[in-house]
Amino acid sequence: MALNIAVCIKSVPDPKWYEKITIDTKTKTITRKGIPSIINPVDKNALEAALKLKEQYGGKVTVLCMAPPGAKNELYEAMAMGADEAALLSDLAFAGADTLATSYTLAQGLNKLGKFDLVLTGTESADGATAQVPAQLAEWLNIPHLWNVKEFVLATEQEIHAKVKMDDAVGEYVIQLPALLAVSREINKPRYTTAMGVMKARKKTLTNLSKHDLDVNESLIGQVGSPTWSGDISIPSLARKGQELIGTPEEIVTQLIAKLRAAGIREGRGMVNDASGNLGSGRTDG
Amino acid sequence: MTHQGIWVVAEQTVSGISRVSFELLAKARELKEQGRVQAPVTAVLLGENLDDYYSAKLMEAGAETIILVDHPALRYFQNETYAAVLKALAEERQPSIILMGATAAGSDFAPTLGAKLRTGVSAHCVDMRLNEEGHLVAVVPAFGGKVLGDILCTNFRPQIATVRPGILGKVICFMHKQCPVERFDITDILAQDQGRVKALGITYEEMKGVPLEEAELVVAGGFGIESKEIWQQLETLAAVLGGAVGCTRPPLDEGWAKESQMIGTSGKSVRPKIYIGVGISGATHHICGMKDAGLVISINKDEKSPIFDVSDIRITADAAAILPLLIEGLQKNEDDVIC
Ligand SMILES: Cc1cc2nc3c(=O)[nH]c(=O)nc-3n(C[C@H](O)[C@H](O)[C@H](O)COP(=O)(O)OP(=O)(O)OC[C@H]3O[C@@H](n4cnc5c(N)ncnc54)[C@H](O)[C@@H]3O)c2cc1C
Ligand SMILES: Cc1cc2nc3c(=O)[nH]c(=O)nc-3n(C[C@H](O)[C@H](O)[C@H](O)COP(=O)(O)OP(=O)(O)OC[C@H]3O[C@@H](n4cnc5c(N)ncnc54)[C@H](O)[C@@H]3O)c2cc1C
Repeated sequence: MALNIAVCIKSVPDPKWYEKITIDTKTKTITRKGIPSIINPVDKNALEAALKLKEQYGGKVTVLCMAPPGAKNELYEAMAMGADEAALLSDLAFAGADTLATSYTLAQGLNKLGKFDLVLTGTESADGATAQVPAQLAEWLNIPHLWNVKEFVLATEQEIHAKVKMDDAVGEYVIQLPALLAVSREINKPRYTTAMGVMKARKKTLTNLSKHDLDVNESLIGQVGSPTWSGDISIPSLARKGQELIGTPEEIVTQLIAKLRAAGIREGRGMVNDASGNLGSGRTDG
Repeated sequence: MTHQGIWVVAEQTVSGISRVSFELLAKARELKEQGRVQAPVTAVLLGENLDDYYSAKLMEAGAETIILVDHPALRYFQNETYAAVLKALAEERQPSIILMGATAAGSDFAPTLGAKLRTGVSAHCVDMRLNEEGHLVAVVPAFGGKVLGDILCTNFRPQIATVRPGILGKVICFMHKQCPVERFDITDILAQDQGRVKALGITYEEMKGVPLEEAELVVAGGFGIESKEIWQQLETLAAVLGGAVGCTRPPLDEGWAKESQMIGTSGKSVRPKIYIGVGISGATHHICGMKDAGLVISINKDEKSPIFDVSDIRITADAAAILPLLIEGLQKNEDDVIC
């Protein structure tokens, strides 16, 4: 049984540089000048999962990205890791999209590229980080989905068994194919690209798709198709005026214990004047 | 506009109702007052065996009307069913605002609901308000919490927003007499369910000690802890102080700590009275989850570490040297305390 798999990868500014991000207060835009773009880290896990499935069952892996033209580098990197084909959805008309318009455009891209048994995404991007694209993409494609998947297996030709990260818990689900899974970083360790992979990637196909190539309703793409819009943006200052404790480790510890006591700590009994709310989250009456 | 009122979608947990549901109700009441909204604040709860306990709790936390959707099919979160139920309710009743917790379930089914209703969803906001025209302004973090953006959805209704648990913090206890409780029947909706996803069950992580989100004191460790042995000292310190242990991402990867202990954008938001960070560099991803702590104490061997910029008390030292002395010092003092 061969699987036709699509992986959505986003091109994002490298999270290691987020300290360097500034805001242009006049134009109210985020300045990310000089920050390199990379494949959204968890999207590599999604790609790795796709490549593993292909190794096991055969089939094809297509990577898809909606971004300005420069993102072709990320798509070539994905093909160097082992993806068979890539498509870049790029058009000025796609710009300014919120998650609804982004997912709509991605859905139309996927519809154009073929019929997929499985669509894989990351749980969330490192930059926008709304985590909303996977669920909305599945909705536009009218296929079921699971979000935050940490483990999955193909149980039968039509079904996947998956473990999903919940709040302090793990849920187990069965989902029918075709389906979309948004995977979390625990699922695997993405492979590295090899020199051989890079060479092979050069011979693979990267398709550019503009709005004219897709069957899109113009009122649903880009800024026009986005129900949300952003007003003010800011970089909050979290700076605190710190006090340094100095001396030998023993002296520091003595000062620290005094500070803790002043702040209400009583050893072995936690905080005094326990003012915790009367509306705890737990049910106490059994 | 015909859409009216603020809804809070509450969440059933093993032990009752998730705390973020109460945080949202307090916020909804505040927004109602601020915007002079006429319609009552409505709590909607989906789950199984929803007895009077649930309506009493929701009322106490600020709900003015309650809609309970009680069915065995809602025992486990399952996006397709949950979103179908909420869509039907929202289309029938037309709320102006729907608030949900950005929990694992809420983060997933809010966007599905938004797509079904063709409206906007603000993702895991850290704050919100109503502007002069009465539109919801949701403050949404991006770039690991470094940037905050105001997100609006002025031309579409309902305005949907998810809010990170623990970030609003405040829970209020309202004293009122009675509030209407309605039970919504979903037989017809379930009949249309295609059964494409089935929930088999849920396994809860075993928790020991004080829950991280509720702890008044958090001792958090980072990659600078360097080994499992020193990590155990960190745990001892937390125990001696009666606090909870939190972590950054590397300790998870090292296997020292558990997923449920991570603080930050992809983990939990905490606001303890005292936060002690040990061997943590201070990446925005982590700061975002602890910035509201009362007293921030940091121990790091690098005096230029960014964590010091957001700390009240800075200690430039080796964690391995400080931890045993601190534990010993505290235990010694404990004997002196006359209860
Ligand atoms: C400060 C700020 C706040 C924002 N707040 C909101 C908001 O509240 N609501 C809203 O609707 N929009 C919001 N946006 C816009 C949103 O970030 C963009 O729509 C973005 O294009 C997609 O969302 P994301 O990055 O959050 O993706 P996520 O949903 O976090 O991404 C999840 C996965 O979807 C896939 N994916 C996402 N984007 C692409 C892509 N372009 N190409 C291929 N695959 C992709 C990837 O696999 C990724 O791992 C905000 C943007 C900023 C800068
Ligand atoms: C999309 C995304 C989401 C993320 N989400 C989160 C999140 O939710 N929470 C989170 O925490 N991280 C998150 N991260 C990771 C985050 O970016 C940082 O990598 C992480 O917080 C760094 O952890 P750290 O400070 O423990 O480690 P490091 O950055 O490696 O810092 C270790 C520190 O310890 C100090 N040190 C070393 N040895 C000693 C010693 N013997 N004594 C004292 N100090 C010592 C060093 O000086 C250094 O400052 C995320 C990353 C991405 C890309």
